This record gives sequence, structure tokens and C-alpha cells, in this order.
Amino acid sequence: MDTWRPPVQGICLPRSASGPARTGLSPSLTAQARGGGDQRAAAPAQAPPPRARDVTVPRHARVDVPVAFRKEAQRLTMANAAEQWVLVEMVQALYEEKEELIEEWQPEPLVPPVSKDHPALNYNIVSGPPSHNIVVNGKECINFASFNFLGLLDNPRVKAAALASLKKYGVGTCGPRGFYGTFDVHLDLEDRLAKFMKTEEAIIYSYGFATIASAIPAYSKRGDIVFVDRAACFAIQKGLQASRSDIKIFKHNDMADLERLLKEQEIEDQKNPRKARVTRRFIVVEGIYMNTGTICPLPELVKLKYKYKARIFLEESLSFGVLGEHGRGVTEHYGINIDDIDLISANMENALASVGGFCCGRSFVIDHQRLSGQGYCFSASLPPLLAAAAIEALNIMEENPGIFAVLKEKCRKIHKALQGISGLRVMGESFSPAFHLHLEESTGSREKDVKLLQEIVNQCMNRSIALTQARYLDKEEKCLPPPSIRVVVTVEQTEDELERAAATIKEVAQAVLL
Amino acid sequence: MANPGGGAVGNGTLHNCKTESNCVQGGHCTKNGIVREAQQNGKPHINMEIEESFEEAPLHVMVFTYMGYGIGTLFGYLRDFLRNWGIEKCNAAVEREEQKDFVPLYQDFENFYTRNLYMRIRDNWNRPVCSAPGPHFDMLERVSDDYNWTFRFTGRVIKDVINMGSYNFLGLVSKYNESMRTVKEVLERYGTGVASTRHEMGTLDKHKELEDLVAKFLNVEAAMVFGMGFATNSMNIPVLVGKGCLILSDELNHTSVVLGARLSGATIRTFKHNNMQSLEKLLRDAIIYGQPRTRRAWKKILILVEGIYSMEGSIVRLPQIVALKKKYKAYLYVDEAHSIGSVGPTGRGVSEFFGIDPGDVDVLMGTFTKSFGAAGGYIAGKKELVDYIRVHSHSAVYATSMSPPVAEQIIRAMKLIMGLDGTTQGLQRVQQLAKNTKYFRQRLREMGFIIYGNDHSPVVPVLLYMPGKVAAFARHMLEKKIAVVVVGFPATPLAEARARFCISAAHTREMLDKVLEATDEIGDLLQVKYSRHRHSARPELYDETSFELDD
Repeated sequence: MDTWRPPVQGICLPRSASGPARTGLSPSLTAQARGGGDQRAAAPAQAPPPRARDVTVPRHARVDVPVAFRKEAQRLTMANAAEQWVLVEMVQALYEEKEELIEEWQPEPLVPPVSKDHPALNYNIVSGPPSHNIVVNGKECINFASFNFLGLLDNPRVKAAALASLKKYGVGTCGPRGFYGTFDVHLDLEDRLAKFMKTEEAIIYSYGFATIASAIPAYSKRGDIVFVDRAACFAIQKGLQASRSDIKIFKHNDMADLERLLKEQEIEDQKNPRKARVTRRFIVVEGIYMNTGTICPLPELVKLKYKYKARIFLEESLSFGVLGEHGRGVTEHYGINIDDIDLISANMENALASVGGFCCGRSFVIDHQRLSGQGYCFSASLPPLLAAAAIEALNIMEENPGIFAVLKEKCRKIHKALQGISGLRVMGESFSPAFHLHLEESTGSREKDVKLLQEIVNQCMNRSIALTQARYLDKEEKCLPPPSIRVVVTVEQTEDELERAAATIKEVAQAVLL
Repeated sequence: MANPGGGAVGNGTLHNCKTESNCVQGGHCTKNGIVREAQQNGKPHINMEIEESFEEAPLHVMVFTYMGYGIGTLFGYLRDFLRNWGIEKCNAAVEREEQKDFVPLYQDFENFYTRNLYMRIRDNWNRPVCSAPGPHFDMLERVSDDYNWTFRFTGRVIKDVINMGSYNFLGLVSKYNESMRTVKEVLERYGTGVASTRHEMGTLDKHKELEDLVAKFLNVEAAMVFGMGFATNSMNIPVLVGKGCLILSDELNHTSVVLGARLSGATIRTFKHNNMQSLEKLLRDAIIYGQPRTRRAWKKILILVEGIYSMEGSIVRLPQIVALKKKYKAYLYVDEAHSIGSVGPTGRGVSEFFGIDPGDVDVLMGTFTKSFGAAGGYIAGKKELVDYIRVHSHSAVYATSMSPPVAEQIIRAMKLIMGLDGTTQGLQRVQQLAKNTKYFRQRLREMGFIIYGNDHSPVVPVLLYMPGKVAAFARHMLEKKIAVVVVGFPATPLAEARARFCISAAHTREMLDKVLEATDEIGDLLQVKYSRHRHSARPELYDETSFELDD
């Protein structure tokens, strides 16, 4: 039993030292309070407190603790009666204070109130399938907002495959992959994805967002260094946060800036080669950036990778099933050996129009996630019908490689048609199926900008063109992109519709902005 | 363990509970009355958790367990040595030649456990299933020619394995039948994907319908649904708390809860599993001493607990936690991943199980993966809370919304449980589950197994302790066409490897008897019937009588 020694100066303190608030306590008293807190419980062990019924509240302040402490005080300080009394008073006051503190503490409300007219509370409600023709808030529109690039969302073959799976397996899997949640469909899908991407192995997740957000912390740990593009999407940001690694942000698509950071790190490493030998370096980039619609300069990145020995993680949610002759993404677009990229992650929610995500790469890399990917190990597996839908979507992609050229052509067309709108600037590659329309000149306040853009979106919606603003959590984003309208191109949109959309946006923008 | 100091802590805090019951009598915390009512009514629920047990293993078992790990580790070192010298062939995937001079992607040492211990018994996990995970399912037979490094499918199917592994509590997952007609219709109409987020173009009428139904089911003001259960925790806890807030988390909380807590940036303190004294001490200290260093008062305190703990089978002590949370003005977040649908007289989860007003729990979270046989999760509670989540949830802004046929499956299952389909089938299933659970647990206990958790929890962990027995148990059970989950380190403490049975309402008495018979036989063979029917080594978990709220 360790002993509790009341600080000597504490005994001499006058009673008045005990202010009502915590801040009013003198340092020595606070220290004593801390000591008392730890020992408070220990004291009654020696002398079990009498549980008198007639004592007034606070009972323990009057009965238990002073008895114990009086003994302690007698034994330890051998003080005279008067001093003892001071001590007892002090202890008593402390206990009353503690109760008071608990009584007084008022937490903030769990959530602050949200104003009723917050745009996010009044979101669009889609009745029926969110496919090419979409009914938004009761109005029929042409969809320029959903990432249904290949129009597979209401493809009858995909539906038939999903239905067959529903008939065989039902809906849920009722377990994580490890515990009887691995179905033959999952294995098939992983196999097919790996073959499609021409990699050794693929791993599927049951949620697109969780894919890269789980993959990054599976490899990158505390002390490792991640170089990440400024415009990286939120899922990457969360993955980085979960990894607790050192994060170095380089300017969007600026290879010189990245090289500068890599060089700095190299110099740092030379100072401490021992640490450098265990510090992993990663470069995390996106194929086509969700927040900007631009493509990453992959060839340069690969060069830098070998020069500075950093691994590349590539998030391809927007480029998978879009870029390249066969829709394999940025690597195919640039003609880069896919093995040069350490890990490719993409979701199956855009081009494949199912749900979930996957990572692919060499077995050496991917297999590690089967025990370390948190979103993989600890989450229920993907419902088989969604996996079956993804397999069928892959089949369709493989059978119609021409589809990617068609999509590219359509992107080009609307991209061109949208140039030169006064007041709006097109941001993104001409071959990107998702790109942004920014205000040419900001009004100076984000709120006003958002309102202006929303007005454009609303008026377009009235004229049967369904668009949406790119939404962000303003306070959570590391580098908040400026407000924008995101235009999504799909293969289902006809030339006529593309022209009409461009013309509508032009007219509406002019009406709203001028 | 039993040092006088430790015991005294219990005494000290116990006293505060006395104060608390005074408080009830004094009328300061009138809402606590609910707890008392439940007791006075003599509902059996309040006393149930006394039956929660965590029996300690005999000493020799622990010694042999650690020896088992020790021997495994020694052999691991030996084989690593042989592999390094090229005497034994290394089957693990290797780094590309071009990248050999990179910093290793993961430390070889990190994988020691995987390579040398897990690999030996790897065949017991990730077993491929090839039918609906109902009470029976079919599995693909697989064999390994290289000691589990790779598997080869023989092409044969192991038919009609009794499924004791899936969380199919209410038996609502099965292959297609007429009751799933609406799911089929929704699939045919909507397709599988949504391809947009809730905030952009991904809020379907189906989502609205589901959210209204969930709120009604839980008897709360509002609810929001998300596409993945794991992400419901990890992407919404950060919305509720942040810097300057304190999270008090049960030490056995699920990874998703832990991840959410970490991402929030709040300070995290853990309390001992289901231990109210430990929680109260943390609460008191937090309020009295404020934040470390600055001593500023905490902005808010959020208690994170689960309804049923999936590895322990224990049920949260909700009445006590609600009383504590009220006394100390903390907020309560209950993850009902396993308990929603599976406990409570009508399947409404732990709040109903204890007879507590769901309004007393600030944030109700749950998943649709288990009882509802679908996927996804929900957050429910007061309208202000859900509105705030709607606006600020990471998932609502950045993640694709729930697949429509999955949403429809949940709607169907929920309507069934609520009796909105015009039958009592749902209620019967909930009752059948309770019956099955009681029977199964009782029989196992009679046989002399050490089983953890609450007598009413459909998750039944049977302690096996030794790593070798884990594999033997699972393999023998599979030979008898029974699929069970076995878990060991790191999902459990090192020495507490276990098998886990998940009871379903769809299990018939014959199936359960067959499983029990097989378990009995293998239990004898492996000698894992360790129970001595003595009191738990964790008195703070067991000693309920001294902690009654009532005098």
C-alpha cells in the first residue's frame, strides 16, 4: 500500500483558497485534488465506511473519507489537533468541490442545430432508377449527374445476372469474408478483375469509399511518409488520417513540387540513414481527380518512383472503365506497365454501376490486405447479387471495347460545346467523363458562389437537364476545392442531348450570371 | 488482480452508485425511474445479466496454451532460419526484382505470426460458400498441396453443412422465395447501383421509405441509412465529436468504432469491458480534472458501447450506463450491430431488452447485415441529431448510397419483424431465436464447456484456449458437416482462442441437437470441457448483487 502524503503547503492554505470554479483553485490545491482523487478510493479499504442512513448529503464527504484521512493525517503528520482540523476541513471542502464540479459541468449539445433551409437537408429525391432518364423531385430530366459512365445501371443483362444471383443466394452474406462470408461469386469477381486489369491479384471491398481508405493504412504506418496531391479526394484523406503517417502535400499535378519534396526527404534520409531504412515512402495520386477532372502525369510519377524509391498508390475510381483502349484506366491510357504501379484501387460504383470497390496489383502487395485491410476483415462481405452485377458489367466491357472510344468522343463534344460560356470556366480534361464548371470570377464569398451555381443547377433542372454541384464538407476538406457544377457524361447521352445540355447550360448561365 | 487497491477502487465507486440511487429517490433524475419501474414490475430482463459469466480457465490450461504458442514460435524461428538459408522453400509471394532495394512494404517480422502460425491453420477461415447462408449451406471443397499456402478446389461441393457461423439471427437470408418478390421487383426496376452520393443525385425514394420505416421500427424521431455497416461507425463518429471532446470506449469495441473514434480527433479513454465502476471512475475524473495539461473542461463526453459484443457474447449493461450518463451528463452511442433484431421481446434491440426508452440513448446505431440479411447501417435518434448527420456525415457527402434491392430487403425484413406484413411470423422468429439460444447455451454449459457471455445472447463463444485445438475443433466439426467460426489472436486475447456459434431462428431443434452432439463428442476428444462451475475470475463483471441500483 503506497502512502498518501498531503503536501505540506496544502495544510497551511486557508479555506478560502477553494474557489468555486476549477480555474479558481491554486496549483497546490489542484495537485492535492489529483492526489486525493487517486487515493480517495484506497482509503476506505483500510477502514470500511460505516453506512449510516442518517447522514446528510454528501455522505461520503462527511463520513467515509474524513475518517480515513483523519487517521492518515494522525499517522503521517503527527500534527496537533488544530492543524488536523484544518486538514479535515480541506479534504471535506475538496470533496464538496468535486461534487460541485460534477454538478456544474455543462456539456455542449451533442450536435449544434442545423438551419432548416440548409441545402443538404433539402436534397434531390429521385423517384425510380437513377439511370439515363431520371425523375428528380417529380420532374423528368436527362441525367448529367450520376457517374453511370457506361450506362450499365439499367442494363438488362446486368439486372438478369443480379436476379439470378438473388435467386440463388438471397441478399446479404451475414458475415465477414473470414467467417463464411466468402462466396464463390466473390472469388470469381476477384479473379475476373485481376484478369481484366492484367494483374496478379485483386481484392474486393463492400464499399467504394472504404477501399482506398482501408488500403492506405494497411501499408503506411506511423513514421512512414506519404506524398499526396493537393487535390486528392476525401477517401484518400481519411485513409491518410487513419494511417497516422507523415503527410507531405504537393501542388496539384506539379511534378517539380513533388520532386522538391522527395529531394528534401532524401537529404533528410542521408542525415539519418538508419531511420531511412525503415521509413516507407508512398506517393498517392488519383487517375482522374474527382475534385478537378484532371489526369495525373503518370509517366513522370513512375520515373520519380524509381528515382526516389517511393511506391505509387493510384486511385482510379473515375478512370477505371473509362480511359484506355479496353477501359483499364490510366496505365493503359499512358501505355505504362501496370506492374510499375504498386497498388491500384477503384470503386465499382461508377463505370461498373454496382456497389463496392477493389484493389489490384501484385500478390505480394495485395495479399497483405487480406489480414490488414480493416474494411475488408471487419466488414460484412459484398452482397452476392452486387458482385454478380459487377461480373456481368465486366463481361459487357470486355465484349464491347468500342464503348470507351464512344464515351471519349462524347466527352470531347460536350467539353468543346461548353467552352466560352461567359462567367463559367470548364475545368478538367477533354476526355474526362466528369468535369467541373467553375465560376470565372468568384463573388468573394463561398456562400454566394454556391447560391449562384445552385441557381444555375435549378434552372437547368427546370429545363430537364439534371445536374448537381460537387458537394464537399467545407470544414473537413484539407484543401477545399472552389464550388463547382459537376457535369457527368455517359454513353447513353445522344448527340442531340449533349448539344441541348450545353446550350441549356449556356443560356441559363448567361441569364443567371449577367 | 486482487490487490487491495484494486478492490478498494470498486468500493469507492460503488459508493457513488449509492448516491445515485439517493438521487433517484430525491427526484433529481426522474428519468431513472424507468429503470426502477422495470425492476418493480418484476420483468425478468433486469436480472438476466447476472447470468453473464466469464469463467476462468484452470491454471494448467493456461500453461499449456502459452507453451503451445511458445513451441509454435520456436518452430517459426527455426523455419524462418531454414527459409533464409534456402533449405526450405519459401512459398510466400516476393517483392519484384526491380523493387528489391525499396524499403520493404511490410516488415518481415510483422508477418511472422501470419507465416508461421496462422498459415498452419489457415484452412479454417475464408471457407468458400456456394449457396445462400441459411441454416444449411453448401461449401466448395478445397485442399491444399503446400500446407495452406495455396488452395485448390476439387470441384466437389460439400452439401448441406449446418451453418453455425453466419449472423443470420432471424433466418431471413435464404435463397429466393415468394416473400422476396418485392426485392426482385425493385431490382428489376432500379438495377443494382446508384452511382451518386446522397447529397448529389443518389437519394432515392427507396432510401426515404427505408429511413422512415427504421425510425418507426426503433420508435425514435428520425433515422438515416448508410451503405456499409463498418463505415456507419467510422464515418459518423467523427461528425459527433472532435478536438476537446472525450470518448469513453469499451475496451472490446469493434474495430469500426475504434477507427471512428480515432478519426474524430477526440481524446479516447477505454474502460474495462462492461465494467460500470471503471466507467464511472473515468467519468468522474474527466469532469473533475478536465482536459490534460490545460485543465479546461471537456466540451462533451461520448460513451461508446456495443449492444452485444461479438467476440464475448456479452450484453451491454444499458440501465446502469443510462443512469451514469444521466448523472454525469454524458452522451451515449450504442452500436447495435448484433443486438438489433436479435434481442428484446419484439426484436428492437438492447433498449427493449432492458425496458429502456430508446430516447434515453442519444445515438442508436446498428447494421442491417445480421438480423435483416442485407448490408449497410443506420444512425437513429432525435431529429436534430439525424438532421445534423444528414448534413455532415462523411458517408452522405462522399460515398455512394445504398443499393436499392438491398434497401428493399431491409424494408421487407423490417416489416416482417414489425408484423406489418399481416402475419406473426416475425415475432415467432424472434421468440424462436430466444428459445434456441437458451436451449443451446444451457446444453453447452451442462456439458461442461466454458462459454462466455450473457445467457440471452445468440452469439455463443466456447473457449478452446490452445491454438492447436482451435484448428482441430473447426476441422472435426467440418468433417461432421457443421460450420463453426473459430477465432484466436489477434481478434481475442492471446490465450483465449475460442469457437463461436451463432444461433439462428431458422435452426431446428434437430439441427441444434446434431451440433450439440458433435460438439460434445469433439469436446471429449479434445478435452476442452474446462468448466468447474465456479465463480468468474473477473468479479467486477460478475458480482452483480453489490451493484443493484435499488436498495
